[in-house]
Amino acid sequence: MLKPQDRIFTNLCGHEPILLSASRRRGIWADTAKLISQGSAALIEQVKKSGLRGRGGAGFSTGLKWSFMPKPSERPHYLIVNADESEPGTCKDRAILRYDPHRLLEGALFAAAAVQAHVVYIYIRGEFGQEARVLQEALVEAYSAGLLGRNAAGSGWACDVYIHRGAGAYICGEETALLESLEGKKGQPRNKPPFPAQAGLYGCPTTINNVETLACVPEILRRGPNWFASFGRPNNTGTKLFCISGHVNKPCTVEEEMGIPLKELIEKHAGGVRGGWDNLLAVIPGGASVPLLPASLCTDARMDFDSLSELGSALGSAGVIVMDKSTDIIEAIARLSHFYMHESCGQCTPCREGTGWIWHVMTRLQKGEAEIHEIDELWDITKAIEGHTICSFGDAASWPVQGLIRHFRPVLEARLKKSGAS
Amino acid sequence: MIKLTIDAREIEVEEGTSILQACTQNDIEIPRFCYHEKLSIAGSCRMCLVEVEKMPKLVISCAMPCAAGMVVHTQNDRIKRARAEVMAMLLLNHPLDCPVCDRGGACDLQDLAFAYGWDRSCSKEERRQVCDKELGPLIKTVMTRCIHCTRCLRFMDEIAGVPSLGGLYRGEDLEITPVSEGPILSELAGNLIEICPVGALTAKPDAFAFRPWELEKTDSIDVMDAVGSNIRIDTRGNKVMRIVPRLHEGINETWINDKTRFACDGLNYQRLDRPYLRREGRLEAVSWDDALEVIAKKLHNLPPERLGAIAGDLADCESMFAMKAFLKALDTPNMDCRQDGALYDISARAGYVMNSRISGIEQADVILLVGTNPRFEASLVNARLRKRFLQGGVKIGLIGSPCNLTYPYEHVGYSAVTVRDLLEEKHPFADLLKGARRPMLILGAAAAARADGPALHTACCELAERFNLARDGFNGFNVLQSAASRVGGLDLGFVPQGKYGLACAGMRAAAQTGRLDVLYLLGADEMDMKYLGKAFVIYQGHHGDLGAQRADVVLPTPAYTEKDGHYVNTEGRPQRARRAVMPLGQAQEDWAVLVMLAQACGKSLPFENADQLRKAMIKAAPHLGALDEVPVNMWQRFGTGGSLSLQKMQNGPANFYMTDSICRASPTMAQCTREVWPLLQGEG
Repeated sequence: MLKPQDRIFTNLCGHEPILLSASRRRGIWADTAKLISQGSAALIEQVKKSGLRGRGGAGFSTGLKWSFMPKPSERPHYLIVNADESEPGTCKDRAILRYDPHRLLEGALFAAAAVQAHVVYIYIRGEFGQEARVLQEALVEAYSAGLLGRNAAGSGWACDVYIHRGAGAYICGEETALLESLEGKKGQPRNKPPFPAQAGLYGCPTTINNVETLACVPEILRRGPNWFASFGRPNNTGTKLFCISGHVNKPCTVEEEMGIPLKELIEKHAGGVRGGWDNLLAVIPGGASVPLLPASLCTDARMDFDSLSELGSALGSAGVIVMDKSTDIIEAIARLSHFYMHESCGQCTPCREGTGWIWHVMTRLQKGEAEIHEIDELWDITKAIEGHTICSFGDAASWPVQGLIRHFRPVLEARLKKSGAS
Repeated sequence: MIKLTIDAREIEVEEGTSILQACTQNDIEIPRFCYHEKLSIAGSCRMCLVEVEKMPKLVISCAMPCAAGMVVHTQNDRIKRARAEVMAMLLLNHPLDCPVCDRGGACDLQDLAFAYGWDRSCSKEERRQVCDKELGPLIKTVMTRCIHCTRCLRFMDEIAGVPSLGGLYRGEDLEITPVSEGPILSELAGNLIEICPVGALTAKPDAFAFRPWELEKTDSIDVMDAVGSNIRIDTRGNKVMRIVPRLHEGINETWINDKTRFACDGLNYQRLDRPYLRREGRLEAVSWDDALEVIAKKLHNLPPERLGAIAGDLADCESMFAMKAFLKALDTPNMDCRQDGALYDISARAGYVMNSRISGIEQADVILLVGTNPRFEASLVNARLRKRFLQGGVKIGLIGSPCNLTYPYEHVGYSAVTVRDLLEEKHPFADLLKGARRPMLILGAAAAARADGPALHTACCELAERFNLARDGFNGFNVLQSAASRVGGLDLGFVPQGKYGLACAGMRAAAQTGRLDVLYLLGADEMDMKYLGKAFVIYQGHHGDLGAQRADVVLPTPAYTEKDGHYVNTEGRPQRARRAVMPLGQAQEDWAVLVMLAQACGKSLPFENADQLRKAMIKAAPHLGALDEVPVNMWQRFGTGGSLSLQKMQNGPANFYMTDSICRASPTMAQCTREVWPLLQGEG
């Protein structure tokens, strides 16, 4: 279990005041100028060395991502903070925005210096009204204290931060859809390549990072990359925010060491599964878009990128959704399918048509109105979507259903037999 | 050049080529819906997936650039399956109404489903229904058929420059919809029909009129403006059913304007199918012999200077050449092919054509439009200007009335006098012209036809010399003609002969005052017929329009779809229109009429059949023999001088949809005039 002094997010629950003076007490904005003065290459090197992987879901090495930015030219560089946290079951960025906005702002400044950006856009989820207000207040504070602006925190680096509120589309959390939305267009993902580091916002080099990723950066720089890398195991280092929801006694968002056993996470922090561990049916370990883990796999599961990947799931955004045996697992996944149908941007064929198709079949499966062979057909539909779409939304829509079929096929078949459909 | 392997074949392509383009260049078929050569890449249909070794996922070939050493597979089982799955998804919500769909038989979705899809349905769900949209008199929508390829959105945004279509809602509910219901306010809207890969957007005027496989296809040339768009005339029996564009990179790329496409129903109305003679104020049908005899009598012993001929905007080179030969036989100096009354100097060919060619627009970096609204005078030249604008790094200026050209421009001035300001470098735009690498000037035909046209034309020539528009390999001086016959007529010298020959205005004045007894109109309709005095008017043409109404004798001849004929477009590019259907009723080809008439008058022309005529014509104007080649014109000073007027230049036609006798007879164009033009005019 993570020791209190090793926590990065020391005001995760909002027990302390939010704003500047209190943030300074938590160590934020302490020696910003000195850290920035190391220069872009050193900043990137340290983050690389820490092994920090993107906390938004894909888990791409942050330092590596920064190093993809081209050398400064006449084209401006942009840093975008992806605060469009909309993944069902995930509320970690919300906690940071709410209670620790200065940590994000300072992290953003470090990142901006690292990727040579003078302009930072924070794209915040439309539904986060209160959080946007808090963030705006923090931004005003930071500007009046000279921590941002022409000579940010006395570092000599000019950095302007703008907050942009989204309009409530899940897909705008996808980085290129976010760029489109920020440019004032319909939020639809772009084809890659070119990647944002080459042609991002307004065609200029752009780095897009998750809120939690950036909020980790100040502590990494202050305490050193080795400190951060000492948690977890190689390639899965550091601490991580986990959001535990569903059928647990005390749903919470908590910071823990990467690779903590799932069982420990649920029992120590969330007060255990409702009705005891044996009452567990399944867990979705990484937000709605990853395949679920049945109880049998949960006992030994460790919460990090590679371990969960080995189990056929993913860490995603670490939104742990716990379901006990009272759950109609088919209905639960059908609900997710509805979510994905509703949120598909409609740009590319497999996702536009396929998400609707999945939901229709799932609805019939849930009611027991399908035939047994349709389970295989449903599997084929998800395989037809997966990997064939512009962005990874198609994968996200497919994986929960694939997880269901993989682990709960008998339940599906029993439902169909019971209703006498086949 | 990059070397890569596609389907075990070593292929060499230029850098920046996409895999799809590389495949197309090498005859490897890649199915696609959203990709279109002339539009930006959407990459959304996912039909063109291919496998690239060392890449874990299938990639879309339309958006993936070739890289050296790439190994691409386009035919393996994985790809076949992926394509079939995409087909299944596309058909999931596509109605099975092919038997009543106008696209049936010429439908990308049908063809590709047949080639790449599964042979049975795999869905039990209900199909999506989408409300149809109202897009005006030209485009019929059946939106349930839409597969959301977004070609139409991209066309409107990029080519037409009128972003009036958009996508509404998300996911399965995504609908292509106009920003506001009502006609699409673009002169290029008809191309939406062409680019739609399914039956969602079809032609309203010919809904349910024919099936694509019933049509005979003839490659020809458009005559609705001077661009000379390459078209294909589709006919059934002896009727023109539709006109569609043909690819010509130098002229119209793959687009045509709505007038070119939809005015063809005017060929079925108001047609002259037999000779008429005016008796007691009324036109009565007569036989050819009677009609010719009356004319021969009229011409008998007529002093040559009391006869004149004016060629209209649709006349082909053959007609004008024959007419000139006929007038020569009668010793008449009065002839003019400029019925708009233009009098500017035509001593140099460079002074009346578009020297830099339409494709040259793409190389220009400063473009000055003088007294022209290319959007409605030559829509595809305007499309090219917009293309140039989208490429970036160009400054466009306009002298004349401000109008919406679909791209931003600097309004340099209102009247011809501004040209002099530029000459004297009193206007900042002069600095741009001076600093330009490839400056270009486009002078509108309508401006050159004004009273101060010769002066303006001269001033433009001076401007060309002042700013060195005619450089090595690039001549930036252009006159944008708006009539299909004009350059051909000028090339053939169908202009007043000698010192005393009368031009159009002169002939009309002479007719009004009784100094001209016989006026021969070769399809000339676009002039005021009120002031022709008591002159005996012969109208030779194909539509009962203004000319025929005033005429004393009407001689029926075929329209452009009914004859072979040379036309020279505004670039000076000779092209040949082909006969797609037979002439109507008793109509005779123009040259044949003139041969018969010459015989009736006791004269003989130096040709007796079409072959001899063309040989003689090409002898007289050799460049007409080299079809589709644009002769390079020697630059020399031209211009007759004169004083420039301060009067504001009106650019653009009074009504884009009604500029010649064919479109004035067209019900579709009439509908556009009622429903679209009032709105479009406000735009333009």
